[in-house]
Amino acid sequence: MKRKGLLSMWGLLMIAICLALAGCGGKGAEPASGGTATPGASTEAGGAGNTEGEIKVGILHSQSGTMAISEMSVIDSELMAIEEINAAGGVLGKKIVPVLEDGASDWPTFAEKARKLISEDKVATVFGGWTSASRKAMLPVFEELNGLLWYPVQYEGLESSPNIFYTGATTNQQIVPSVTWLLENRGKTFYLLGSDYVFPRTANLIIKEQLKAEGGELVGEEYTPLGHTDYSTIISKIKAADPDIVYNTLNGDSNVAFFKQLKDAGITAKDITTLSVSVAEEEIRGIGVSVLEGHLASWNYYQTTETPTNPAFVESYKAKYGADRVTADPIEAGYTAVYLWAAAVEKAGSTDVDKVKEAAKELEWEAPSGKVKIDGETQHIYKTVRIGEVQSDGQFKELWNSGEAVKPDPFLKNYDWATSIQP
Amino acid sequence: MAWRQWTPRQWWILGGYAVATAVLFAAPLFVSDFRLNLLAKFLAFAIVALGLDLIWGYTGILSLGHGIFFGLGAYAMAMYLKLEASGGKLPDFMSWSGLKELPLFWKLFEPFGAAVALGLLIPALLALGLGFFTFRNRIRGVYFTILTQALVIIVTTLLVGQQAFTGGTNGVTGYSTLLGYSLASPDTKRVLYWVTAAALLGVFLFCRFLTGSRFGKVLRAIRDGENRVRFIGYNPALYQTVIFTVSAGIAGLAGMLFVLHVGIISPSMLGIVPSIEMVLWVAIGGRGTLIGAALGAILMNWAKSEFSTAYPEGWLFFMGALFVIVVVFLPKGVAGLFQSPPPWLNPGKLLDRVRNGGSGTRGGPLLRLLRKKDNGKSIQSVRRQAE
Repeated sequence: MKRKGLLSMWGLLMIAICLALAGCGGKGAEPASGGTATPGASTEAGGAGNTEGEIKVGILHSQSGTMAISEMSVIDSELMAIEEINAAGGVLGKKIVPVLEDGASDWPTFAEKARKLISEDKVATVFGGWTSASRKAMLPVFEELNGLLWYPVQYEGLESSPNIFYTGATTNQQIVPSVTWLLENRGKTFYLLGSDYVFPRTANLIIKEQLKAEGGELVGEEYTPLGHTDYSTIISKIKAADPDIVYNTLNGDSNVAFFKQLKDAGITAKDITTLSVSVAEEEIRGIGVSVLEGHLASWNYYQTTETPTNPAFVESYKAKYGADRVTADPIEAGYTAVYLWAAAVEKAGSTDVDKVKEAAKELEWEAPSGKVKIDGETQHIYKTVRIGEVQSDGQFKELWNSGEAVKPDPFLKNYDWATSIQP
Repeated sequence: MAWRQWTPRQWWILGGYAVATAVLFAAPLFVSDFRLNLLAKFLAFAIVALGLDLIWGYTGILSLGHGIFFGLGAYAMAMYLKLEASGGKLPDFMSWSGLKELPLFWKLFEPFGAAVALGLLIPALLALGLGFFTFRNRIRGVYFTILTQALVIIVTTLLVGQQAFTGGTNGVTGYSTLLGYSLASPDTKRVLYWVTAAALLGVFLFCRFLTGSRFGKVLRAIRDGENRVRFIGYNPALYQTVIFTVSAGIAGLAGMLFVLHVGIISPSMLGIVPSIEMVLWVAIGGRGTLIGAALGAILMNWAKSEFSTAYPEGWLFFMGALFVIVVVFLPKGVAGLFQSPPPWLNPGKLLDRVRNGGSGTRGGPLLRLLRKKDNGKSIQSVRRQAE
């Protein structure tokens, strides 16, 4: 009886605290809903996204759930770009104020928050998304409300929404050239291994067509559920098939398990070449250099990429977030997205979506990954393809690059062998 | 006239329901389009919660697989919408997954009426099948719950694996019209909101009728003592199977409405986590009371939406705290507060306790604290001092 009474008191107190916090949050959220993250960002703006001296932009990534670990660093680089632009005088003389929302690794939540950012916060644009599913969930919302989304991750292509700019690679800027390179340099037999979701399945569909056309041979294809950690059976199958190349489209934690077990099975990079498309500097930190050394990856940017603007980018990222942090392809693509949007707004003289889209056509910018250009037709960007090898320090050594930025071709229209995939 | 004998309490309850219904239907007049869309989604969730309460709260069957029934209804509607949006062409994900023509079973979902009927029937039939084989064999309690979880895994794996037919992990998205009306127009949305509100009201009344009937009494009897019911001569399996089927059909209906408001359905929305979340709504709202289940779903989702906007980094902690508070202090859920308010929430009783503070075991927590501080002096002496 006594205990129960005390407990009730605590309960009341907790509820009161929760309500009070929620209340404050509600009030605080009025001006620039969500946590405004730039230090000193004033919150006196009214409802409109483009008010006196301020332009609101949305940042919509997963801050909780399974995707948070990847998406948080993209948030960091986007916030850094915003801060840099603000320090240099802002856009159109106005300060950019980020409005953060949590997509929570849940696709309807992405759609809900996108709708909120556009219709309630009236943001000028949104930077966000990571998984294809999150983008597919947001796409109808942006098209319906004529919003603008900048999507910073490499993906499976076959999409071109008038309301989305894609600053990550499409297949002909990552997968297709890497397969060609592997066929020329490492061997003809391929084993395809991927997590069971849309990107690996679609990517492998493309790879299979390409192998047929370019003289490669498929010796195996396996999918495992996201988060799968037991690869002993698959490694036995790989051993039996003895491919020249394992083309790896596994995502997230599975990579840790796969590469560790591959090493335990006595297979090193010298025996079988493994090329991954979802393993970047950040993942190397998580998986461990020792098991990844010598394996390959295909991206458009590495921390070690030698371009005029990369050293400054890496330096300020480390200065801001810690010397142990690394930059990686999606981080760079998020950063680039913010700068491209700002440049388009300056050029258009307005944050109006249609005007910004018009101004963004053929816009060029010296990104950390090299010179990029927005393709007006597909709203993807021209990117340089780079194949890298993991070194003992956890960084990549570039083995090959495409020399010039490759024109994006999300529907693979310029590849004869891709007719069965084209819509 | 039965209503002549109604107590004031019953009149209050009736008044409460009337006001709630009026607010529900008048909501489009005073909330923004965005909020209305959110509310519509919550109402769809409230419908599942009602269905879940029928089996868990009233019959004592815990299903952790209602996401599947919800999802199957949602997919039925999504397939219809996708076909209408594709306008005779192959849906986009099929063409990039290598399909050349529309699979036969997709054609079933082309007419709106058929899609709606299938959206109700498929979940109901699946539940009927599962219920028939499990309840008849007297599989119940935790074993039944595990079976429903297995069902979730089977269906989601199937949906993810068959990308060409189901859209894989991305699910089915990208709709344009419903029966020719643009889904993007605010008018359509308002009408759809009203349809959802009417569906919620309809399902609520249906559940109320069901639980108030003799059938409902048998259900409660099964919950409280299945063997006794059997010995009396009833066949519990029949009742369990029927109510499980009804509940799944209700979840399917909710799923169809959900897709209309949210515009996407994917396997992640019918997995284990959403299925458990649905049970949580009922638990928080108060199982065994229909209004509690519906309110629980609306409140929890509203809290989730608000907290995550106010604290994008830490909102999950608030949600967690809320769960813990309700489970520890309100075992009967929010609805339990109104049925039998705990003493610390009843001002009359609290006052009474303060008055009689000194006497024996009685006395509220506040008073006991006072007493402790006062080294056992009686409340009267404290009061005297204060005066």
